[in-house]
Amino acid sequence: MPALTDLIEAGRPAEHQAPWRHAVVAPKAWNLAVEQLAAGRWSLLGLWGEPDKVHMALLDEARVIGVISLDCRGGRYPSVGQQHPPALRLERAAADLFGLAPQGLPDTRRWLDHGQWGVSHPLATQPAKPAGEASYRFLTAEGESLHQIPVGPVHAGIIEPGHFRFTASGETVVRLEERLGYVHKGIEGLMAGAPLDRAAMLAGRTSGDSTVAYSLAFARAVEAALGVAVPPRAIWLRALMAELERLANHLGDIGAICNDAAFALMHAHCGVLRERVLRAADAAFGHRLMRDRIVPGGAAGDLNEAGTSAIRSLVAEIRQRFPHLVELYDNTASLQDRTVATGRLNVELARQYAAGGYVGRASGRDFDARRTPGYAPYDELTFDVPVLQEGDVNARVWIRVREVEQSLSLVEQILGRLPAGPIRADVATANEPREGMALVEGFRGDILVWLRIGEGGLIERCHLRDPSWFQWPLLEAAIEGNIVADFPICNKSFNCSYSGHDL
Amino acid sequence: MAVIFQLAVQGAQMLLVLLLAPLLIGFVRKVKARLLRRQGPSLIQPYRDLIRLMRKEVVLAENASWLFRVTPYLIFAATWVAAALVPTFAAGLQFSWTADLIVIVALLGSARFFQALAGMDVGTSFGGIGASREVMIASLAEPAMLLIVFSLALVAGATQLSTVAAFMGSPEVGLRVSLGMSAIALVMVAIAENARIPVDNPATHLELTMVHEAMILEYSGRHLAMIELATFLKLVLYVSLISCVFLPWGLAHAGAGPKALALGAVAYLVKLAVLAILLAVFETAVAKMRVFRVPDFLGAALMLALLGTLLLFVSRSL
Repeated sequence: MPALTDLIEAGRPAEHQAPWRHAVVAPKAWNLAVEQLAAGRWSLLGLWGEPDKVHMALLDEARVIGVISLDCRGGRYPSVGQQHPPALRLERAAADLFGLAPQGLPDTRRWLDHGQWGVSHPLATQPAKPAGEASYRFLTAEGESLHQIPVGPVHAGIIEPGHFRFTASGETVVRLEERLGYVHKGIEGLMAGAPLDRAAMLAGRTSGDSTVAYSLAFARAVEAALGVAVPPRAIWLRALMAELERLANHLGDIGAICNDAAFALMHAHCGVLRERVLRAADAAFGHRLMRDRIVPGGAAGDLNEAGTSAIRSLVAEIRQRFPHLVELYDNTASLQDRTVATGRLNVELARQYAAGGYVGRASGRDFDARRTPGYAPYDELTFDVPVLQEGDVNARVWIRVREVEQSLSLVEQILGRLPAGPIRADVATANEPREGMALVEGFRGDILVWLRIGEGGLIERCHLRDPSWFQWPLLEAAIEGNIVADFPICNKSFNCSYSGHDL
Repeated sequence: MAVIFQLAVQGAQMLLVLLLAPLLIGFVRKVKARLLRRQGPSLIQPYRDLIRLMRKEVVLAENASWLFRVTPYLIFAATWVAAALVPTFAAGLQFSWTADLIVIVALLGSARFFQALAGMDVGTSFGGIGASREVMIASLAEPAMLLIVFSLALVAGATQLSTVAAFMGSPEVGLRVSLGMSAIALVMVAIAENARIPVDNPATHLELTMVHEAMILEYSGRHLAMIELATFLKLVLYVSLISCVFLPWGLAHAGAGPKALALGAVAYLVKLAVLAILLAVFETAVAKMRVFRVPDFLGAALMLALLGTLLLFVSRSL
């Protein structure tokens, strides 16, 4: 059985890349890697294209991360998705953007491209004329008295657009198929040729609720590529922001999940706590969501005394009030009746799809990018990664509850040990193209950023992979056999990003 | 002269329920908002919403039939008549001979029948889902309601509401187990019929979980205003029904003078407010149940009502 390092060593190593190894491999080695994925020994962290190449980020059994690439002659390469389904949508997206043709891909429908762009394959060397508008053929389900329920892309509430096609037998969902791509913003296209500061802003706008995590992932990738040594204070400040973002989002989610069961009381109280987090973030860093506060080389703003005390009193308030809310959640039988055993995601699927965040951890996948591969300052902090096996809505709520508690402790630890010093280092451009990569734990799960910086310090190619890529397909599986009316609460418990996925 | 006065009182009652209905909804919403630490919209917001809807243009689906267009008026008329028949501040009014419990159940049943038909008329999937769920709920709520009517009729000796109210206000009614059961069953039916939490969520934006809202998703403008007003009226109807049958204190009786009528009106408003607060507190404290739990909930109401009726057959004093 080959290890990932063996495969990479056998290939042609990419130049100037950090921190993980990257090599262009032969088709045989590529197929070997796909076999490992299909056998369930390795996990797929990402798959993305370039006009003449396709790249795949992998995590092997020893939790080693590496990237292998394959030259695509005539845009063709052997499909990963035909053996390892988690790659399907990634390959369809790469096909839409770059015109790559995965050989043997079982699903050749367009994914991000809805025929509205005016061109097809916009990131290919030679963008083509738009393909004629073809109707999207949803997968079928056959049987007596099945009926279809189309939902979206425009919904009754103020949420992001996505289309859900249910095939139901009465109230029971037989099949759910998602169609996404309605909020494609062309971020990867805009990144190409952008200077670092503009690219950092673009990265921070990939998914609004994870702006800190995206900025951090992008900054870490740039710093890895250019070999920038970030001042210690900046590293700790960034972790502080990341934990505040996690707190705000988890608190919001816990309330919103309960609200989907019409239990508005939790929603109101969690909403108050979330608002407190946002206000403390505003007081400490000058922006409620802390957008553009993390830049390559460090942080954009320092934390002063007033900010520190705002965060300290925030932690005290949440510590005092949150346990009562958890008790309320746990003691409300009518609410438990909705969340327990609803939308069960089995452990095997979570492992196959390498589901990150609460989705994976509620279904037994013990993975947290803060631990594996780990990054500063988390190696110096103590925290638990909660893992449950049940995989239902209730488990996903409990993972969030536990993570809120862990984040509170992390915030306290960081405030107690925040080193002094500068908060920003110069980012010197290199003379040759450099490659960098980073894996950062956002509140949804691990965000992967891979980029190549060209000679003038401009981004040549940047790929941002949202954790939702591997969570959306699992929602389709989790809802099967549940009733149609339980979809909203399942969907909320996954809370996948539309924007981060559609890019 | 007396007849004119009686007619005026009856007319006042009909107008009262119509004018009070949006206020009651506004009040429930306000109390719920305060319980959730929100300011909440103003009490008269439902009136403003109705006026706004009346002014708006009606958007009709291309394949909407005449049924879709006339249903809002049918629903409104049936619900208004039913709501106006229930004694609010006074019993034994001019038209009280028509105020029969079975008539009220039938009027509401026909309103629901048309609403379910209209929900399916345009052919959208949500309308179909809503209509099928509504009919599932109705198929259990209506028998439960009829059994409640039976046990009340067995106790009071009539299905005519003024008589029932008069009997319930008299000392001879005593403490009866069967009436307690009927009262609980009636509250459960009222919650289901009015599409309140835990059966349905009137404030949701989630299309897939809706019952009542799903049926009326395609309505707009004055059609929607009519249906909304009918929904408001239905809440007034059930609250009035519960208070006139089980809390008949202060109710003015046939031939009462203006003073008794005024007292009745004050008592009625107090009862409405108390029941509205109880409803808001209850809705805040429970989560919505799964759609397939609703039959259990209404089954319990049905069984309670049945048990109450059976107890009366066993012993007249229970």
